[in-house]
Amino acid sequence: MDIGNVIAAVVVLGVLGAVFGFVLAVASKIFEVKKDPREEEILSHLAGANCGGCGYPGCSGCAAAILAGEAPVNACAPAGAENHAAIAAIMGEAAPSGERKVAFVRCNGGTNAVKRYEYIGVKDCLSATKVAAGPLECQFGCLGFGSCVAACQFGAMSIGPNGAAVVDPDKCTDCMACAKACPRHLITEVPVSKKVHVACANQDKGKAAMSVCSHSCIGCGLCQKECKKDAIHVVNGVAVIDYDKCVGCKLCTKVCPRDAILPIATAEEKEKYKAIKKAQAEKAAAAKAAETAGAAQ
Amino acid sequence: MDQITNLLSITLGAILVNNFIFSQFLGCCPFLGVSKKVDTAVGMGIAVTFVMGLASAVCYVVDEFVLGRFGLDYMQTVAFILVIAALVQFIEMFLQKSMPSLYTALGIYLPLITTNCAVLGVVLLNVQNSYNFIESVVYGITGGLGFLLAIVLFASIRERLVFADYPKAFEGFPIALVTAGLMALAFMGFSGLKVW
Repeated sequence: MDIGNVIAAVVVLGVLGAVFGFVLAVASKIFEVKKDPREEEILSHLAGANCGGCGYPGCSGCAAAILAGEAPVNACAPAGAENHAAIAAIMGEAAPSGERKVAFVRCNGGTNAVKRYEYIGVKDCLSATKVAAGPLECQFGCLGFGSCVAACQFGAMSIGPNGAAVVDPDKCTDCMACAKACPRHLITEVPVSKKVHVACANQDKGKAAMSVCSHSCIGCGLCQKECKKDAIHVVNGVAVIDYDKCVGCKLCTKVCPRDAILPIATAEEKEKYKAIKKAQAEKAAAAKAAETAGAAQ
Repeated sequence: MDQITNLLSITLGAILVNNFIFSQFLGCCPFLGVSKKVDTAVGMGIAVTFVMGLASAVCYVVDEFVLGRFGLDYMQTVAFILVIAALVQFIEMFLQKSMPSLYTALGIYLPLITTNCAVLGVVLLNVQNSYNFIESVVYGITGGLGFLLAIVLFASIRERLVFADYPKAFEGFPIALVTAGLMALAFMGFSGLKVW
């Protein structure tokens, strides 16, 4: 064994390593990139799920955009109000206000909707809509293949017992990744404190809407007439709630003939409300009759 | 003319016949790990191509003028790992400063490549085949392109596989490995290819 070989190997590799180390050390000085320390701070206040709901590539992209002033301080919805305030403080802005919102699926159809054919193919909503415009007769209905469930990073979406997607408002962080995944654009934002929602997006009227699903809004306008706060209107053939005005009295749910407004009133509740209304109408008629009788005298 | 034919046969061999993934089984971990989406697969493939080309050039120089001169050919593996690691670090710093757009495009893939066996494989194969400088660089770049081709094809299949209706037990890696095996079989069809 030649000890010279060992020494040569050690020396050559040592020198190689030293040279590379030196080059890297110099390079790190030459190519140093100054980073704004605020970016790291902002990043620490984001949700860190890389959900992409903000529209930027991952959380670090969002942090850079906030720092550059391209995105608002509350661009990261999942981070929550506390973190929005912290980011606003870092950026030297006033904290944004406003109620927490959650996603809501505007369909209560699922198995209630009329099936046009049995779809057997890749389990994806977009793919299903490509085959003869989807397996449902209703062109606005939730297909229930769970593209939104797959898109949700927080486990807040699931396919409900009736086959349509539902949101768990406790887990929802309002990133709206589900809304982007839904090919039928059924998912909207609603204030978390409001409990009455129209769970249908069918813009057809009357029979066209009635024939495709047992839970469809047919645009009859009963809810609009019943609402005491002027908070629900039929727009483009479907009832829409104005959440600024809605007080959650649930009158609309009791008059809806199609059970399209959540929470669905039970038959009992409906009967009770009908009886109250009937009594009121009779009372009013009696008062009117008395009045006309009084005027005649 | 001979030179060009030679380079052409190296190119064809590296991309199709002796594809790094499908017939040499080098670089399998990024192939399986970063192939869930086509765009990340493209990023990884380009980064690998880039580093393989550069590593071939630098390692040729180190092998020829340092290891060869001191008769230390048996230290090739160690020396090449050192060279590749330092090179990737250097490229990362250089890109961050001078080409931020490319840096963000390659993103996290650059440091991942540091210990990629395809990169080490290509420089060792260069020595084994006693390629000259130009041949080494061509082999490195085209080997990377072969990797790019393989990973992009694989990622696009996997993207569709997600929606497929296969048995529960096959979910995730099992079906990916079955797919990779079938693709390797398909690439064996290129083994008769020749350049005249």
